[in-house]
This record gives sequence, C-alpha cells and structure tokens, in this order.
Amino acid sequence: MNELTLVDAVNQAIAHELASDPDVVVFGEDVGKNGGVFRATANLQDRFGENRVFDTPLAESMIAGLSIGMSTQGLKPVAEFQFLGFIYPAFNQIVNHAARMRNRTRGRLHCPIVFRAPFGGGIHAPEHHSESTEALFAHIPGLRVVIPSSPVRAYGLLLAAIRNPDPVIFLEPKRIYRLVKQDVPDNGEALPLDACFVLREGSDVTLVSWGAMMHETLQAANQLSEQGIQADVIDVATIKPLDIDTILNSVEKTGRCVIVHEAARSFGVGAEIAAQIGEKALFSLHAPVQRVTGFDITMPYFKLEKHYMPSVEKIIAAVNHTMEF
Amino acid sequence: MTTAAEFQIEYLQYLQADGKAKSDLPSFASDETLMVNLYKTMVQVRAYDTKAIALQRTGKMGTYASTLGQEALSAATGAAMQKDDVFAPYYRDYAAQIQRSVSMLEIYQYWGGDERGNCYQNNPHDFPMSVPIGSQCLHAAGAAFAFKYRKQNRVAVTTIGEGGTSEGDFYEALNVAGAWKLPVVFVVNNNQWAISVPRGSQTACETIAQKAIAAGFEGIQIDGNDIIACRKIIGDAIDKARRGDGPTLVEAITYRLCDHTTADDASRYREDNEVTNAQELEPIKRTRAYLTDVGFWNDEKEAALQVECKKNVDAVVEQYLNIEQQPLENLFDYHYAELPANLVEQRQEVIEGSL
Repeated sequence: MNELTLVDAVNQAIAHELASDPDVVVFGEDVGKNGGVFRATANLQDRFGENRVFDTPLAESMIAGLSIGMSTQGLKPVAEFQFLGFIYPAFNQIVNHAARMRNRTRGRLHCPIVFRAPFGGGIHAPEHHSESTEALFAHIPGLRVVIPSSPVRAYGLLLAAIRNPDPVIFLEPKRIYRLVKQDVPDNGEALPLDACFVLREGSDVTLVSWGAMMHETLQAANQLSEQGIQADVIDVATIKPLDIDTILNSVEKTGRCVIVHEAARSFGVGAEIAAQIGEKALFSLHAPVQRVTGFDITMPYFKLEKHYMPSVEKIIAAVNHTMEF
Repeated sequence: MTTAAEFQIEYLQYLQADGKAKSDLPSFASDETLMVNLYKTMVQVRAYDTKAIALQRTGKMGTYASTLGQEALSAATGAAMQKDDVFAPYYRDYAAQIQRSVSMLEIYQYWGGDERGNCYQNNPHDFPMSVPIGSQCLHAAGAAFAFKYRKQNRVAVTTIGEGGTSEGDFYEALNVAGAWKLPVVFVVNNNQWAISVPRGSQTACETIAQKAIAAGFEGIQIDGNDIIACRKIIGDAIDKARRGDGPTLVEAITYRLCDHTTADDASRYREDNEVTNAQELEPIKRTRAYLTDVGFWNDEKEAALQVECKKNVDAVVEQYLNIEQQPLENLFDYHYAELPANLVEQRQEVIEGSL
C-alpha cells in the first residue's frame, strides 16, 4: 500500500514525470529548497537537481511568460503559482499567449504547460488566499481546467496534464490537501482529461460538484441515503472541456440535479452546466436545477468565511427542495 | 554609504547623417557583399511597406503597422542572428523577419487578417509578432532558458518599442535574464513615439538603456539609423550571449516617420517640422551615401534595385490577392491538439451552416 494525501499525490505525479521525461522542468516561488509552501514539491530539487526544479524571481507574469518561451522550444514546464489569488498578473500571458499560441500559428507552435495553483477557502488563510475563480479560466478557448478531489485523481489527472500538449490550469483544492489518504500506486497511469467521474450511483437525484466541495457533497449523499433518497454523485474533475454527456445521462435517469460549488454563483461553471441541462435534457427534469454555491460577494476574510462556504446542510436542503418540487 | 552603481551609457554612432564615417569603422563595413545585402534588404522592405499601406488604403488589407524609417535597425537585427537563434519580435520588425526567412507574403497575409501568415513555412521556431505590448520579452527569456538548459549554442533576441519598456513584463524579463544570465538580447526601438505619447512621458530616466543596469547587466545606446552601429552592436551583444556572458539591452534611437498604424493620424499630435527634421536622419539615404562613397554603389545599381524590389513586391501582391480563403474548419482545428466534444459539435454547426 502507498497511502498518500492529495498533496503527496501531486508530489508523486510530478516526480514520476521528472523521472520519465527530461523535458519536464518544475519552477515557481519557493518550490526549490523549500519544496513549496504546501510541500507539493518537497524533496524534488534534491532528487532531480537545481536545473530541473528551481525557484524563480517573485513575479507571476514572468512565471507564465517564461513557461511560454520554454514550452514553444519543447520543454514541458510545470509552473506553480503559490495561490490562485496571485495568478492575475499572469492573466495576460495565459490568455493572450499560452491559450492561443497553437491557434494563431495554425499549429506551428504550442504550449504544453501545466500551471498549478492551490485554491479555495476554509483554511483560515490570509486575504487573497481563498478564492475560487476557476470560471475565469474555463471561459478561455485553448485552455484546459482540471481540479482533482482525491489523492488518486490528483495523481492520475496531473500525469495527464503534464503529458497533455496544451496548456492546463491545474487547481488544487488546498482545504483537502491532507484531509484523507488513499492508496496511490506510482504506476504512471494517467486519467482522462475530458471525463467526469461518477463516485456514487443512485436514482433519485444527481449531485454535481468538484474540488474540495466533493467531500460535503458525498457527506450529503450519505445522509440523504439514510432518508431514502439515493443520489448519483459526479465529480466533474475536468471543468474544461466539460464532459456534459455523463451529467446528462445521469439527469435523464434521475430527473433532478443539484450543483455544488464554492465559487460565486453567477456566471459560474454551475450556470454553464445548468444551461446545458436546460438545452439538452429539459423534458427529463422533474424540478428546476438547483445551485448550492458561494454568494456573489468578495470571498470573506476568515472570521466570516464559514458563512460563505456551502455546507452539507445547505446541500441537503436544496435536494429536499428539489424532491418536493 | 554604499555606492551601488555609478554609470555612463555609451552612445555609438559610426555613420553621420551624411553617410560619412564618424570614427574608425568595424571591418565588416568594407565587406561589399554584406553591406550591399543589408542595403538591399532595407530598400526591399521599404517597397514592401509602401505597398502594404497602399493595399490597406484600397481596402485590400486590414490595419497595418508601417516600419518606415526603421529599416536599418530591423535589417541589422535579422542579419546579426543565426538561423537557429529565436526571434520574439514586436509588430514592426519586418526587415528582421524577412532576413529570417519569413516571407513578405506571410506578413501581408497576417495583416490581411489570416492566421496562416504566422505559419512561417521556412522558419519553425520564431515567435509570431506579439501584439500585447512587452509580453514577448518574457518569451525570449523562456526560449533562452531552454537553450541554456539543453546546453545549445543558441541565442534569443526580442524587440520592443520604447513605449513597451514601461510595461511590467519588460522589467520582469530583464530581471530574470540578469538573475539567470540568460543568452538573450533585448533590442529597444526608441522611435520617440508610442502612438501619441512621446518618449519623455514614458520615463524620467535619461536613457532606456540604463534600465539594464538595475537588472545587473549592460545597456548601450546606438544610433538606430546607422546601419553599421546597429549591425556591430547587436552583433556583439548576440556574440556575448552566445559565449555565455549573459544578456544585453540595446537601445536604438530612431524615429517613427510613419503613423503608428494605418488607423492613426500622427499629424494630430506631432509637429510637421519634427518629422521633416527626422527625414534628414533616415537610414536608407544614409546607407546609400556611405555605399556610394566607398564605391559599392552607384545610380545604375540603384535603378536596377528599385526595379527588382518593385517586381518582387508586385509578384507577392499577386499571390496575396489570390490566396484561397482558409477552410472554415480552421476556426476550430488549432485550439487543441485533440478537439474536445463541444468544439466538434460547434465545428459541425459552422460547416453545415455554410453549405
């Protein structure tokens, strides 16, 4: 058994690719000797050397811009942004160049980059350290956006992201970095980057979530089961491109859907999923699609953050509302 | 008290405005083939550039950024690079691109609204011209890192206008290039105007070149209308980078004789006499005067060159105007190596809609 937390699984995936592909380079702020502020890159510099795993000057646009220059020359950068809240200086490079280099050169140049960033609330972090802004990236053509919710999926999805020839935004839900351990064999087997994962099957309601919120969603499903309500639980995992078919198949079976995400409600990934269900499965629905999400407000500083986060109770209430509709 | 830096910025000029040597010339200045080829590139690019504006004015091209008056710097940059080096240009460096096997047709095609103009059939590695100002400097630094990582004897060169040097990416690129001693050369085309904002409004610094000092490496100023200074100093900077001695910032003083783009009217914000004075310094006239003085050039050769350049441009225009439209699938097919399901669906929608 190789029991790992999610953050250790991230480390194991990066190490696997460093060992198997000399083009992989790992860099960011404090990723070298310090091994990352969350230890995601712990010991990698010792194992693979300072030319493969190294610290950069403290400049996020630079991290992204360098990645673009490196990757068009055939390297495979795995670049860390210390927190998603600090990625915005790099937005220009990611959106204007990484995401569109393949298209604007009609395939001549491309950017096989993984941009990693811890994200999400619930750990009493300083300001700007807790936001969930995955929808910003999901809106951009040319990117993939991937969010693991378990050690096994973190390992398999990160392997796939590093091997993918296009830029991937890989968002790591830091609240669950060390929540659970799973057996994660270091077998080099990647998971698909365009598929949802069905974590539990039931016939009454479809629960859709991703990242840290999968845990509240699964807890809600367990409690609902005791009430006699059986839920299909889907981990979207890859936000973009979205595997809508798995969600539609489930909704066609259950007729009800509750989407759970930590990000603000409006214009989010939940809205996109609900819209597609409306477009493609309207007559399967017995009730309107519900969203249990953060509010449309600035992520609160930690004293009030628990009032922002979706909870098991809120998910159960939404499911009950859907069942009673 | 610590004296952190005391500096002087060298300004290099070999040819005066009248084409006469100001000081001893580098040896390549007496290499007839090299000098005449540089001149021919400049003249060819001016013919290409003049025609591009005409194409835009007659509705046959989109908004176009002219390079009028900046041919020497651009030609020298291209000539100083080796084939395997990588160029990350801003959008006014056609002479350099053409020297690096990007075709005039591809550049017309690009400004004609067709992404295939970035395909660079004969140049697999150079970046397409960067539109978001300053962002390309980091790409050059990243490419330079890749060369160093692979122990390749290659250099990255990036170009930027003086307005772009106010961007954060410019400073971030300088900083990391210095910190990691990357094989990269930054060439600033200080053409005095960033659309309507003059050089003096961009920075309180006396020179742009001195910004390299804060990043821990050398900055140098040259007369960007002097083909010999451009070729010599950019060449030296590239050689230095190739030797492993780190980056250089070269600030070339030029003048944007043209509007910013065909969508701009510079007469709204700058005086005619400033432009008229700048005409006196422009590089093609100066280079021709030098070549004539040293016996490499004469009126007969000039007449023949003008005919040849026009013929070349006419042939390219003929091709340009007859390019077949891209297949509509191209809208979708280059976003990902493997097309996701939603794009497969939308692609089908467009193809069926066009039938």
